Amino acid sequence: MDRPFAITLDVKSSLANHTGAWRTERPVYVDRWPPCNKNCPADENVQAWLYAAEDGSYETAWRRLVADNPFPAIMGRVCYHPCESACNRAQLDRAVGINSVERFLGDEAIRHGWQLPEPAADTGKRVLVVGAGPSGLSAAYQLRRLGHAVEIRDAAAQPGGMMRYGIPTFRLPRDVLDIEIARLLTLGIELRLNTLVADLRAELAEFAAVFLAVGAQLAHRAYIPAAQSARILDALDLLGQTSGGESPQLGRRVVVYGGGNTAMDAARTARRLGADEALIVYRRTRARMPANDIEVEEAVAEGVRMRWLSTIKNVDGSHLSVERMELDEHGVPQPTGEVEQLDADAVILALGQDVDHSLVDTLPDIDIVDGVIEVDEQMMTGHPGVFAGGDMVPATRSVTVGIGHGKTAARNIDAWLRGTPLPAEPVSAAATFERLNTWYYSDAPHAVRPRLEAARRTSEFTEVVGGLDAETALYEARRCLSCGNCFGCDNCYGVCPDNAVLKIDGAHGYAIDYDYCKGCGLCAVECPCGAIDMQPEAT
Amino acid sequence: MAVQSVKFYQVGSRAVGNRLLEEALRTEQASPARRNALNSGHRACQGCGEALGARYVLDAAVRATGGKLLAVNATGCLEVFSTPYPESSWQLPWLHSLFANAPSVASGVAAALKAQGRDDVRVLAQGGDGGTVDIGLACLSGMFERNDDVLYVCYDNEAYMNTGVQRSGSTPPFARTATTEATGPEPGAPIGQGKDLPRIALAHEIPYVATATVAELHDLEAKVERAMTMRGARYLHVLVPCPLGWGSAPADTVRLARLAQRSGLFPVFEASHGEITAVLPIRSRVPVAEYLRPQRRYAHLFAEPPRIDLLERIQAIADRNIGRYGLQEA
Repeated sequence: MDRPFAITLDVKSSLANHTGAWRTERPVYVDRWPPCNKNCPADENVQAWLYAAEDGSYETAWRRLVADNPFPAIMGRVCYHPCESACNRAQLDRAVGINSVERFLGDEAIRHGWQLPEPAADTGKRVLVVGAGPSGLSAAYQLRRLGHAVEIRDAAAQPGGMMRYGIPTFRLPRDVLDIEIARLLTLGIELRLNTLVADLRAELAEFAAVFLAVGAQLAHRAYIPAAQSARILDALDLLGQTSGGESPQLGRRVVVYGGGNTAMDAARTARRLGADEALIVYRRTRARMPANDIEVEEAVAEGVRMRWLSTIKNVDGSHLSVERMELDEHGVPQPTGEVEQLDADAVILALGQDVDHSLVDTLPDIDIVDGVIEVDEQMMTGHPGVFAGGDMVPATRSVTVGIGHGKTAARNIDAWLRGTPLPAEPVSAAATFERLNTWYYSDAPHAVRPRLEAARRTSEFTEVVGGLDAETALYEARRCLSCGNCFGCDNCYGVCPDNAVLKIDGAHGYAIDYDYCKGCGLCAVECPCGAIDMQPEAT
Repeated sequence: MAVQSVKFYQVGSRAVGNRLLEEALRTEQASPARRNALNSGHRACQGCGEALGARYVLDAAVRATGGKLLAVNATGCLEVFSTPYPESSWQLPWLHSLFANAPSVASGVAAALKAQGRDDVRVLAQGGDGGTVDIGLACLSGMFERNDDVLYVCYDNEAYMNTGVQRSGSTPPFARTATTEATGPEPGAPIGQGKDLPRIALAHEIPYVATATVAELHDLEAKVERAMTMRGARYLHVLVPCPLGWGSAPADTVRLARLAQRSGLFPVFEASHGEITAVLPIRSRVPVAEYLRPQRRYAHLFAEPPRIDLLERIQAIADRNIGRYGLQEA
């Protein structure tokens, strides 16, 4: 080739110089485990469905959600949202209102009539689910999706379990409950109501596996000396009657004994039934009360009063003797001997619930410890093929936990029926707040859902918490920081001094060009959500 | 100033792009079609702020001019790491002559284009702080005075990095360089000397003067775009951290540029005909120590015992900037 005078080499592009050889560390795209997902008792992939909701793809978001939980509209009303307690955004301004977006998606699905995914091809296996509460319905749904024939039996007249007979209508309107359960049943799940399963051994001859989820419905009794005239009733009875449309007469002054969520619901129900005074008597302190903070706040807002460190000694007509307690050094309440008198037209007992485990009496290899049924990590009892979940087994008692148990049990039942162990899911590392580059996130305060003003809600059973409108739901979804999972902000693509980040089609949308990447780490540091790890190069 | 009016909650206006943003609101750097005017394979150090800044500026200018842009380069890191014979990283017409004369060469190119009646092709000159504030200052002042149709961009990394980190007129007080060692009662670069070139440019009352950093991309691109809508002499001064010369982690380049702006030590503003017209307000201000501590060139300020007295004098400079330019966010 003819070259100009004194030129000995052809002009080349610097692309011939592979600067990737300089690298000692390489950036790698990762999916980390966001705290919302980690903390969800139903194991929802919250970050993934919020991601879909962020661009208004609500149906996609809903479909991702129902892969794990068939009841978004119910969840968006009754879940105590531990996801929000764990949300990294709380360290920036306030947690993302995940629960309200979930409800919005659930309500959108009802409005548009979106249907659950079709079940897989029939496996020919039949599974019995005992109990049509959240856990049983969740298990039935997941089992049906996997292609198994499912029959649910429930002793009650209607399905829903505690969602129907324990949660007041002002927290969960029954039309929402009915629609979500009916939608689930259309997958071809057989539901037999008013059917008590008395002898499980007999059923095992007919079914390949059984999932037990009868809940904890026996009101825990405490002995309180009481005269004949005293009006004492169980919180569960009260909630069951009112959810059926009855209005039991409680009188003007009602005392609720207990400090759990049922006590809060009972006190709030009493206010709506006309009680001017609803007083919760609890033997320990607010800090040690098992009720969820949201429920306590709403009860207080509705005029429910609390009396901590107190026990009821006896009830005589409308007179109550209440003894003041003190916490000892172990936090256990001890009597002080100081007794006060209170007046009450009715006393509602909300002292916890026990499990009726008579249906497993014929299966002696099932262990019952502290009144609840022992299960292994696969949710299986001591009897092969018999699984259990929800309030029957040792765990926190909530609708969401029950739904999570149902899903976990269903996957394990499926594996057990196939005779192949469930593959262990790889646990990804946590997406911690420290990994976020928060500079890139705007300050966007939390959208608070509208609430019925307190005065109106103590006289009605209409729903207290309203839903978000579409614009607010979108705003709220977009407050998600997408912790540990790429959300396509182009920062890595932009900040690379070596143009060594490529835009591609695929899971992450980006790839590193290791021919040129010098390993400076700018992409990892400037990634807002911490979705890039720097890994040492093999030497 | 870079205006982002869209209400966008997840990443606001600060990220390079975002799948949820309209294309028009994303930066040029988010575009798969960006020119990559400074291509891969260049030999800048890991995490080089100047390589990043040059691509940011030139890609934006290429877009603003519809690709009809040519660049004149002063001697310096940028020239050396991009064009080791026979390789070139430049993906635009690019001309290098001498250390001192880049503004004059650019003036000449602009005059030649004018003589040919080519008003569609635009000229950009660029150099480091050494070539700009010291060696090429006379040429640059002349270019300003004649109001030649050139956008001159200074990538300021605050010393002569290519030749081994010697002090320049842009090196800040108390920074250690090879020629201002960290010894004596006032270690590092002397205070009260050096040149504030954006203010020298302002004094020429040219049509456009602006400062920017590699940490605020939307702001930087908007300024390049605005400059390319104008004719005459324009000056853009971009802070580009240098991991080698500053003794900082390569991964911290953008972070340090951000801290420089947030501390008030590097005021980001734009001006027209000698008058300041807008500033980038400081969002969440930081003490200067937060910016200085990650840089080994200031390690002597944080030794035992720390030089609180010197830190206070640096803080006073930041405070003065904040007052002078009105940088505090309302």
